Amino acid sequence: MKISGAEIFIQSLKKEGVKHMFGYPGGVVLNIFDHLHDEKELQLILTRHEQGAVHAADGYARATGKPGVVLVTSGPGATNTVTGIATAYMDSIPMVVFTGQVPTMLIGNDAFQEADIVGITRPCTKYNFLVKNVEDLAQVIKEAFYIASTGRPGPVLIDLPKDVTTHKAEFVWPEHAKIRSYNPTYEGNKYMITQAAHMIAKAKKPVIIAGGGVILSGASKELKEFAEYTDVPVTMTLMGLGGFPGSHKLSLGMLGMHGTYYANKSIQDADLLVAVGMRFDDRVTGKIDAFAPHAKIIHIDIDPTSIRKNVRVDVPIVGDVKKVLSTMNKVMKDEVKEQWQEVRKAWLKQISAWKAERPLEYDRNADVIKPQFVVEKIHELTKGDAIIATEVGQNQMWAAQFYKYDRPRTLLSSGGLGTMGYGLPAAIGAQLAFPNKLVIDIAGDGSIQMNIQELATAVINKLPVKVAILNNRYLGMVRQWQELFYQERYAHTKLDETVPDFVKIAEAYSAVGLRATKRSEVEPVLKEAFSIKRPVMMDFVVDWREKVYPMVPAGAAIDEMLFREEEKKSEKKLKAVR
Amino acid sequence: MRHTISVLVENKFGVLSRISGLFSGRGYNIESLSVGETIDPQISTMTIVTTGDDWIIEQITKQLNKLVDVIKVIDMTELDHVEREMVLIKVAPRQEDKAEVLRLAEIFRGRIVDSSQKTYTIEITGDEKKIAAIVELLRPMGIKEFVRTGKIAIAREGVKKA
Repeated sequence: MKISGAEIFIQSLKKEGVKHMFGYPGGVVLNIFDHLHDEKELQLILTRHEQGAVHAADGYARATGKPGVVLVTSGPGATNTVTGIATAYMDSIPMVVFTGQVPTMLIGNDAFQEADIVGITRPCTKYNFLVKNVEDLAQVIKEAFYIASTGRPGPVLIDLPKDVTTHKAEFVWPEHAKIRSYNPTYEGNKYMITQAAHMIAKAKKPVIIAGGGVILSGASKELKEFAEYTDVPVTMTLMGLGGFPGSHKLSLGMLGMHGTYYANKSIQDADLLVAVGMRFDDRVTGKIDAFAPHAKIIHIDIDPTSIRKNVRVDVPIVGDVKKVLSTMNKVMKDEVKEQWQEVRKAWLKQISAWKAERPLEYDRNADVIKPQFVVEKIHELTKGDAIIATEVGQNQMWAAQFYKYDRPRTLLSSGGLGTMGYGLPAAIGAQLAFPNKLVIDIAGDGSIQMNIQELATAVINKLPVKVAILNNRYLGMVRQWQELFYQERYAHTKLDETVPDFVKIAEAYSAVGLRATKRSEVEPVLKEAFSIKRPVMMDFVVDWREKVYPMVPAGAAIDEMLFREEEKKSEKKLKAVR
Repeated sequence: MRHTISVLVENKFGVLSRISGLFSGRGYNIESLSVGETIDPQISTMTIVTTGDDWIIEQITKQLNKLVDVIKVIDMTELDHVEREMVLIKVAPRQEDKAEVLRLAEIFRGRIVDSSQKTYTIEITGDEKKIAAIVELLRPMGIKEFVRTGKIAIAREGVKKA
């Protein structure tokens, strides 16, 4: 029996095991929405902006590992997804985005709500399709999910002209998606792995850098086994946090621009780096010529283009991180532990000394609320058992520094693109997947206003996300740069009296609003928020002067860090500005 | 260094823009690009001439390979291969140069494919050096128009000794 494209769409998603998607209706997708109206197994969450829908699907994907699914209309509906798609693309998040399109006969005619979304998203999707024939629809959907979730994952877009959703065809679900031109490499080269194992055994000062690939491939267990057997300390990129337990004795926390002193020192002193599922982003390496000057580099990544893109690599291993590490763990057993135990002790002792010399710090006795204190309290009260989403800027860096992520898929943050407004919708997506988990968006007063409308989505769908706004009345990270590098000329970063009353905003959306203005109020506010089974927005009025330290200025080597004590010199000037 | 890269791709709409978008988006040069169907109409060959140091060429090849529609990437520069390009040159020589233009066309095994009172159009096929040479020789005679196909390339097969 022939069924319509809209029905094929729904049947195909069910075959893919999709339970939830996020979206927004419009003219050309009405046929699909009409069919969704009576649908029981497939739930569409209506967001209040298409960007919110994509970030929510992204958060859902990061928290679960399953591809996020989005359905929006043509034209503005489609173009509004672009930031979300680019966000997912930069961080390799599996996602399938369906956009409506004007009927095939009108394509190219500048029809109402027409946009060439396939053209627009070509550079920020892993792949995209324009379906011209309803007979192709099921095959295209199968291939889209396959491409999105295999190899280095990423977003895939399917453009669906309106007539394709009404035309009828037999529904034949393809068993396999085989694409002759798409064959990711999963197994690492055995010779290279053996060579790497040998180098690790012989190294005196090795460091593992774990990136988002560890989480994407589900390799946390293998990584832990590897690090523990070889006694190699592990530092993580922002995307890698949670890939290795943050509270583990071998953990060095995050490296890079706002990385820990000891992570950056270790990298610069290391004689061997084992880079696992990461891509040597400029925020990680700092000045590339001065990065890890003494180290040989072993680089494991599923994407060959990541290897030798930014840094020289001595042993490249193309493959799935989980598979490579599990082979590596077997091969490693051939190397006797005794050969490195002594040298490793000395290395770990050196690292302990760096840890003691400069731990992550802030004024823990201040009466004003220090933003780091809020993050630490969140960690303490949740015992690390929460899903944390972040916005972008200072809030994101403090969330990365002062919360210890012990499990993968517990930090949702826009790393590559750095998208403000990501956190709230991402938290909503994660909450939908895990209704009983505590999901907290650590936000800034700037970022939260970029997708604040999604509070409505949380309220109406009874998704009890918590938003902790570290409110400093500034676009804090930009202000920090202006303070340090632009002679304190705060061009367009002072929000001040224009910052809305977040408690009232929460209440206007029928969520709960809470506020803390003193340190002593932080814990009660958090406890109250966590006990309420509804969305809560917490306004923490924090010390506006607080900055993220350590900091590597852009273009400097990663051991050329700025620390808090350098701030005191300019404090007088700061007062004058205020 | 200049590289000639042969790329086998799925013959679908949008593939050309994926390839050209990759080059423009990542700031690589394209000196020439020619596209045509292979014997299998589902597959096209793109011959791309590009320049860059070893790092850049390695990235270009890897990035091309990463595109979903790309079946195979061959850096011809690393192989023994034959390169050809065709040009059409419209020359408007002075009366006294006309014989010289015809003589040059013959020397370069070109063909006159069109002529008028004032112009000859010459078709020349050859490798880069040959085309550069005839262009230099014809330039003083007055080249009115000039079009080229972009390079195509094919690997040589080894010959076994009898």
